[in-house]
Amino acid sequence: MADGAAGRAAPAPADAPPAPASPAGRRRLSHPGGLRVLLKLTWIELKLFLREPMTIVFTFAFPVVLMFVLGEVFGNQPGGSNERVFAGTGAMNYYAPAYIAVVTMSVGVIMLPARLTDYRSGGVLRRFRASLVPIWAVLGSQVLAALVLGVIGSVLVAAFAAIFYPVHFPDSLALLAAGFVLCSAAFAAIGTLLGAVMPSPRAAQGAGLMLFFVMLFLSGASVPMEVMSSTMKKIGDFLPLTYGVDLLQGAWSGGTWDWTAAIVLLGIALVAGYLSLRVYRWG
Amino acid sequence: MPPVITVEHLRKVYGHHVVAVDDVSFEVEQGEIFGLLGSNGAGKTTTVECVQGLRTPTGGTVRVLGKDPVHHAGDLRGRMGCQLQESRLPDHMKVWEALDLFASLTPGVVDWQTLLEQWGLAEKRNASFSNLSGGQRQRLFIALALVSSPEVVFLDEMTTGLDPAARRIAWDLIEKIRDRGTTVVLVTHFMDEAERLCDRVAVVDKGKIIAADTPRGLVVRYDPLEQVVFTCELPEIAWLRDVPGARSVTRRGQRVVVEGTGPLLAHVGAALLQRDLACEDLRVIEPSLEDVFLTLTGHLVED
Repeated sequence: MADGAAGRAAPAPADAPPAPASPAGRRRLSHPGGLRVLLKLTWIELKLFLREPMTIVFTFAFPVVLMFVLGEVFGNQPGGSNERVFAGTGAMNYYAPAYIAVVTMSVGVIMLPARLTDYRSGGVLRRFRASLVPIWAVLGSQVLAALVLGVIGSVLVAAFAAIFYPVHFPDSLALLAAGFVLCSAAFAAIGTLLGAVMPSPRAAQGAGLMLFFVMLFLSGASVPMEVMSSTMKKIGDFLPLTYGVDLLQGAWSGGTWDWTAAIVLLGIALVAGYLSLRVYRWG
Repeated sequence: MPPVITVEHLRKVYGHHVVAVDDVSFEVEQGEIFGLLGSNGAGKTTTVECVQGLRTPTGGTVRVLGKDPVHHAGDLRGRMGCQLQESRLPDHMKVWEALDLFASLTPGVVDWQTLLEQWGLAEKRNASFSNLSGGQRQRLFIALALVSSPEVVFLDEMTTGLDPAARRIAWDLIEKIRDRGTTVVLVTHFMDEAERLCDRVAVVDKGKIIAADTPRGLVVRYDPLEQVVFTCELPEIAWLRDVPGARSVTRRGQRVVVEGTGPLLAHVGAALLQRDLACEDLRVIEPSLEDVFLTLTGHLVED
């Protein structure tokens, strides 16, 4: 049997524009008040993230603690031994933008995969789906909530650095903001893809933590590029965070836009985002 | 009035060989409580999941309120409420947040406070999902299924995890929902629940519907024998077989069971009086849905 709508459409006047049943149906599936649902879900997701100890630790506390350690060790005086190491600027001028990139990474690779695998394997998605919550709203709310978390974490890092180790004001706030959005998009896409392919929340968390620490140490965010061995640098070339750090450091000190880094991050965001939408399945 | 749900020759095969649902057809009328009764793995849940549009049938047609639930899901938004058997909410989501979220899916629905009260969740409104007991979770899921004031609601093993008192409250509430005109599809493996609540019951076994009728109708059709039971120290009971309507007489210890048809209690009582035998606790045990189920499927539901 074809379907009811098609059957009813048949006797319609021949001059009426053809109204294909299924695209209309699909559009209706994804809408009425879809944006409202997205915003409500985003607000709830944000609250859920903030109730999660992992968020507090890895997105808010850990970056600030590391900034404190680095700040106490290196200070922010340009010149001296810093001359050769921190691109000629103060150590904290170097680290503040790098840690904004780290914040976006921690949200992307630690928070998102754990959340998405939990939703898939635990039956949360089934629950949402049975009530026709659109999947783009589920994924979209995660990404939007992650973006807001990233903003909060970044402001914490920047404020900490500004107050205790007077770092200079970003040379280009606009480029910094653009770079931040690009970093967030790339890491959110990676996190969503991990969430789609990892079998369980534990596996996702393990993989996420490992990526987090590898990137933290090999992308110039902890050990400055200048003192890395060539092997470390070669590995770093393959890590998304390296490009995030480059992009944000350029915007912060010098107000320059690193096109290579921007294109790499955009590419990651598009490819990983596309793949995750293809791979992600309802539970 | 057209049926609320029409299922014709529904078939669902998982992978290549696992036939979960095999040529199932039924209709659910407006305003009734329709039960799918069967043991675990009989195909009940797969059947309702196809009807809900959560699974795409391998074959056959399904219509809910005249719509195809898979391809026209959007048309059924808010008109269909589902309480799923295996589902969860995020651990840190609070009860009121869940209701608020699910209410927001259907524009115009705001009154979830009443549901909180009705389902005994008012004092748990600020509790996280992970801190709810099994029964509280179950009640929350039922409340979520009802939050859009749907025309048809699916309840899959809704009383699993509820204590006996909560079960009775749930039953009363389900009857109230039906009395308001909402059609209810109830999936259960509890015979007493099906017998108490359902207007009609389909017995599902090995992916097929093997019988469907009112609970009473099923009993009359498939297991019309009633049992008269009494306690007595009679040494000799074979003469009870001559009582009109009696089919068999058995005794277990001091308990004598006469099985048969007709006004058996009266006949057995009369026969006992005739012999001047005073017997305690002479009574009838009506055949139940459980007996029917045993007769039909040849196995107990917990198997």
